[in-house]
Amino acid sequence: MRFLLTDIPIDTARGRRELLDRGAGACVSFEGWVRDVNDGLDVVRLEYEAFQELAVREGERIVAEALARFPIKQALCIHRVGALDIGEMAVWVGVSAAHRGEAFDACRYVIDEVKHRVPIWKKEYYRSGDSGWVNCERCAAAPSRAHDHEHPHVA
Amino acid sequence: MTADPVVTATPAVERPGLQGLVLAGGSSSRMREDKAALAYAGRRQLDRACELLSRHVARVFVSVRPEQEQEPTRARHSLIVDTVPGQGPIIGILSAFAANPDAAWLVLACDLPFLSDATLGHLIASRQQAAVATAYRSAHDGLPEPLCAIWEPRALAALSAFHAEGRSCPRKFLIRSAAALVEPLDPRALDNVNTPEEYAEARSLLVPPPIQPMELKIRYFAVMREQAGRSEETIETRAATPAALYAELAARHRFSLAREQLKVAVNSEFSDWARPLAPGDAIVFIPPVAGG
Repeated sequence: MRFLLTDIPIDTARGRRELLDRGAGACVSFEGWVRDVNDGLDVVRLEYEAFQELAVREGERIVAEALARFPIKQALCIHRVGALDIGEMAVWVGVSAAHRGEAFDACRYVIDEVKHRVPIWKKEYYRSGDSGWVNCERCAAAPSRAHDHEHPHVA
Repeated sequence: MTADPVVTATPAVERPGLQGLVLAGGSSSRMREDKAALAYAGRRQLDRACELLSRHVARVFVSVRPEQEQEPTRARHSLIVDTVPGQGPIIGILSAFAANPDAAWLVLACDLPFLSDATLGHLIASRQQAAVATAYRSAHDGLPEPLCAIWEPRALAALSAFHAEGRSCPRKFLIRSAAALVEPLDPRALDNVNTPEEYAEARSLLVPPPIQPMELKIRYFAVMREQAGRSEETIETRAATPAALYAELAARHRFSLAREQLKVAVNSEFSDWARPLAPGDAIVFIPPVAGG
């Protein structure tokens, strides 16, 4: 298991132990924290919700991709679900490698892919009393298709 | 004394025979694979277009560039190879008139997966031989659709002149020469398919619906859960694909997100929107994610 979901605070010490490797000369970890402002709105708390089966599958795929792409020793990602307060850790990624360069690169790869691909959603609760699902509430409907035959309308 | 009135025999007005032309000379650059060979419900769209058209015209030809003459998808049809130098649909149309200047040509793009007998029949019934062409009015922008249109022999001189001016857009030609326009019966009938995404969309809509309704389980997360007012439901449906299912459920639950903004999972794995669904499948519509 290299991608975990948890509804209790992330145990980074346990995560770090999973990375130990006698050939590792570097360990890079990333922590994502709950910030008190987003898009100019004062955030008071967050809720993460996951489609657990697919989130774990996709998360495992991402960490496996990192292990295949970069010459690293170990990698692990732990993501919180449920209610989180400001300052709490939402996600942790750790990578060990012989050298720091690939550890940084792989760590960056994992967090970037997790943010884009894993079916986890974040609801922000604002000081105003309002709330919203990040990336979902302010999306405009997709535009309708226009005539678009494959030739330029020149002349 | 008056001469007998001169009786002039009115020559029977020869209705120019309607010939069919399917344009298959495009470069398919955005699709990144040959459009003529794309399949819907297991049949290549060039074959589908030719068969459909053959029910409405005397004979069907496929318009190709010289280098496509031996290409297997095309070679099984009667071909009209471009004889006029240049590129684009205007060359195909001019080459068809060069092959038979007395015929009226019902010209079709090969990439119209929603085209039906009703659409072709309505076009032919609405034909105005006094105009240079009879074309559908686009449901998207109100302009003529040159690639599902009847081009009359009288168009040839003006079209040749237009081409000689260095112009190439048959649509602009039809606008300029006041083609007769027909309102489409179905606004989607002439939607064409230029990209892999549009192809997936069209395939998903052309999967035949199941004969029996089937039971499916839908689970909802995040904004979808709130809008549906439930975290799961089991429904009976004839929706054949996730795309059709989303259309049905979006109407029922008034989902705010367009399907293009979502992904879909079937049985806990990401799926194509065009995948045929089976009884008992579990479906999740995945709104834009925001982990991290």
